This record gives sequence, structure tokens and C-alpha cells, in this order.
Amino acid sequence: MQPERHDIELSVNGTTCRRTVESRILLSDFLRHDLGLAGTHVGCEHGACGACTILFDGAPIRSCLMLAVQANGHELSTVEGLAGNDGELHPIQQAMHDHHGLQCGYCTPGILMTMTAYLKQNPQPSEHEVREALSGNLCRCTGYQNVVDAMLAAAQTLRAAP
Amino acid sequence: MKPAPFRYIAASSVDHALALKAEHGDEARFLAGGQSLIPAMNFRLARPSVLIDINGLGELAGVERSESGEIRIGALTRYHSLERDSRFLTDCPLFADALPHIAHPQIRNRGTIGGNLSHADPASELPAIAVGMQARMRIRSAIGEREVPASEFFQGLLTTDIQNDEMLVEIAFPPPTGRTGACFMEVARRRGDFALAGVAAIVTIDAEGRCSQLRLALCGVGDRAVDASAAAASLIGQPCAGEVIETVAAEVQGMIDPPGNVHASPDYQRHIAGVLAQRAISAAFSRAGHAA
Ligand SMILES: Cc1cc2nc3c(=O)[nH]c(=O)nc-3n(C[C@H](O)[C@H](O)[C@H](O)COP(=O)(O)OP(=O)(O)OC[C@H]3O[C@@H](n4cnc5c(N)ncnc54)[C@H](O)[C@@H]3O)c2cc1C
Ligand code: FES
Ligand code: FES
Repeated sequence: MQPERHDIELSVNGTTCRRTVESRILLSDFLRHDLGLAGTHVGCEHGACGACTILFDGAPIRSCLMLAVQANGHELSTVEGLAGNDGELHPIQQAMHDHHGLQCGYCTPGILMTMTAYLKQNPQPSEHEVREALSGNLCRCTGYQNVVDAMLAAAQTLRAAP
Repeated sequence: MKPAPFRYIAASSVDHALALKAEHGDEARFLAGGQSLIPAMNFRLARPSVLIDINGLGELAGVERSESGEIRIGALTRYHSLERDSRFLTDCPLFADALPHIAHPQIRNRGTIGGNLSHADPASELPAIAVGMQARMRIRSAIGEREVPASEFFQGLLTTDIQNDEMLVEIAFPPPTGRTGACFMEVARRRGDFALAGVAAIVTIDAEGRCSQLRLALCGVGDRAVDASAAAASLIGQPCAGEVIETVAAEVQGMIDPPGNVHASPDYQRHIAGVLAQRAISAAFSRAGHAA
């Protein structure tokens, strides 16, 4: 079968991108290979691990379970968009750093994207709610405790921010 | 892994999608939330040659109520929007219990009720709820529309009554009635995993607080959702308490033939199905009392 291609236009971290993609290209691979945004990690490609989580029109989704062509006309945010232009970490990244919320870092982009959206929706979560919100992101290193601590701290910082 | 090559077509209307499906038959698949189809394609367990993307068809999404109070959910309605619809969750409390068990928040942002029911995974919560609530499935093709009761819709492992040229467009749930309580419970290995066994119970009580009707449906214990309402015959006319519930649970255990899987032996599945049936019936009964 001849590869079938589509022209797509989408916004990624506020920048408009135009590309031509094969229908079967996964959104995760498009971000990593076509756009060079390799911060979005790929662990399982069947929705189980959460490493590939990005924001699609503001909502966390698995980028390994969407096609790049489906992103036509939509707004995406990836981990590359979190820190400020001057390199200043987003409060949620700073909290992960401060609380030792990562070791190898493979799961981290997915956790950051899941939790930036979650803390907007629920700015004052309980520990239990944080654990529930993290349930779709596997981490093989940290045992989660430091991630939970980081998220509770980040929530506090974000609440205090103007 | 990556999907095999295919043609991608974004449908511009339901009619367009149905015309494409009529043209391409079983070579084509509808792409709804993609949360079952894309993983299957990534692993090359599914190799459709045409994908008809229905995500742009807003007319397929949303919850409506008919004059008779029937609750009609469009096939493309995502779990996420049902989770936030408090009126819907009040009317269909089984969903309030079950939705948090379905996968993870990121997957619930995409997955659709129509995709779930069309996929017909026997371990999924929703087919059991559809059977328990006696939902009716509205199925459309380019040449017409028909309605099928949930009891006839599910025909086996990942198999439904949807024909090659058809789409599931809407799921209709009967109107809520007073003096009814419902409860869904499941056991899964980890949060978000498919259920090892799950039970949906709907109890209706009479003016004296005795059980006048009980609907019971199970997931994860057969090749499709199991309607176990017949097991509850001994409860009718009784208060839902004590030994009589144990009898029902034993009946349920006798009715099912769980397949077993890597996480659970058939005996374990049968055991938890009985325990969950007892607990779900008791909880539904007490909720019915509060509703009265
Ligand atoms: C990690 C993970 C965990 C999960 N855990 C659970 C769980 O615990 N419980 C659970 O229930 N589910 C679970 N799921 C599956 C998830 O709920 C899917 O969203 C659902 O099974 C399919 O819905 P969809 O909208 O994503 O459909 P899709 O994946 O788009 O489609 C599924 C199938 O249905 C067909 N189809 C879709 N819509 C229609 C329609 N309107 N008419 C006819 N055919 C149609 C498609 O062609 C395809 O064959 C899990 C998924 C993942 C990735
Ligand atoms: S790579 Fe997408 S969920 Fe694992
Ligand atoms: S830090 Fe290694 S997987 Fe989470």
C-alpha cells in the first residue's frame, strides 16, 4: 500500500506547525521524530504507562493512542513548554526537583503534564486525590512517595502564586 | 510497535461515515476514542485498511432525555463528560460507581461509551451496566435504523450484533424510578485495570421496604456480560438482609463459568463474584431505602 499522507496544521506549546504526515504516524512519534520534541517519552505504546501523556486542547491524553493526523487544528502542550523562556522551572518542575520526585526521569514528563492539568482543576487536593490523579502514570523508580510530596508542595506554591 | 498502513478519512457527517462503512465493509473501522482500537493496531492485532474518524461528529455526543424520561446517550459521549454530568450520575448511579474504575483519567478523556460497548470487552464495566439497566442500543446504517436490547446486543467475546455496514449511534437507558437503589462494585489487580469480576445490582423496593425487583449483571466472568437476575428470585418479596442474600450469592456462583486469567483462577473469580454480589445487593438495597 502506498503511504497515504495528510497536511496538518496544529499548535504545539503556542507555536503553529505545518507538516505532512503519513496516516499511521502516532502523535507520540510525530512529536519526537518530526518536531524533535523528545521530552515526550514512549514506554509501552498501549496506553498503560503514561510516559507519553501530553495535553490535547488542555486535557491530558495518551499521545501513543492518537494519530498525528487527528491533531490537525488542535492545541497541544508538551513538557518542553513548561519552563519559562529564561529556563526558569515551572513550579511543578521545581517541586519535583526539590522533593527528589524523579530518579531516571523516564516517567517524569507524563507525570508533569498530567499534574499541571490536574492542579488547575483541583488546586487544593488531598494526598489521596493526588495519588488517584497519578494512578495512570507508572514509575519504576521512586515508589511514588516523593512524587506525591512534590505535587502537594507544588499545589501550595501554585495557590500562593498571583 | 506501529500500526500497519491504512487510509484515514475524517467523516464530515454521520451519513458520510455510514456511506464509507457501506462501501468498505469489514475492511474499515470507525475510530472513536481509539483507546482500544489504536493499541490493537499498534500491536497489529487489528489491521483495518480504512479508518473512518468519527471524532468530528458532534451530533453523536451528549446526553438527552426523551419526553418519557428515557436517558439517551450519544455513542461519541466521552467518559470524562459523563463523569462531570451530575444530573446524569444521579439518574444513572451505576455510572457514578463504575466510571472511576475504567482505565485512567487520561484514557477517560478520550474513550467513548459507544466505542466501549461496540468493543464488547467482557471484562469491561459498561456492558454489564447496559445489561443490568436493560439499555437499548440504537444502530444505524445507510439504509435505516434499528434498536436492539442490550441482552441481544452482546454476542460473545468482542462480538456484538453490529453488522459490517452499521454504527452504534445511541444508547437509551430507561427513566429512573423511585424506590430504586443501584450499586456497582469490582475487584481489579490495580487501579484502572480491567475487572477480575464486577457486579451491578439494581434493587427496587415496595412500600413495605421489601424487594420487588432485582437486576443483577456481572462483568469479567464470562465471554460477555452475564445477566444473573434469575439468581435473585428468592429475594423477591423479602427484605434484602441476612441469609437470603447469601443464598443469592451462592446461586450467582453456580450460574457463572469464569474463564480465569493470569491474575485470577476461575475459582477465585467465582469466589469474588459471590462476595461482590452480596455486597452490591446490600448497598443497592440500602440506597433504595434512602431514595424512598
Ligand atoms: C490502559 C488501558 C486500560 C483500560 N482499562 C479499561 C477498563 O478498566 N475498563 C474498560 O471498560 N475499558 C478499559 N479500557 C478501554 C477503554 O475504555 C476504551 O476507551 C474502550 O474500550 C473503547 O472506546 P473508544 O471510544 O476508545 O473506542 P475505539 O478504540 O475507537 O473503538 C473500539 C472498537 O469499536 C468500534 N467502534 C467505535 N465506535 C463505534 C460506533 N459508534 N459504532 C460502531 N463501532 C464503533 C471501533 O471501530 C473499534 O473496533 C482501557 C484502555 C487502556 C488503554
Ligand atoms: S507509551 Fe503511551 S501510555 Fe505508555
Ligand atoms: S523516575 Fe524512573 S520511572 Fe519514574
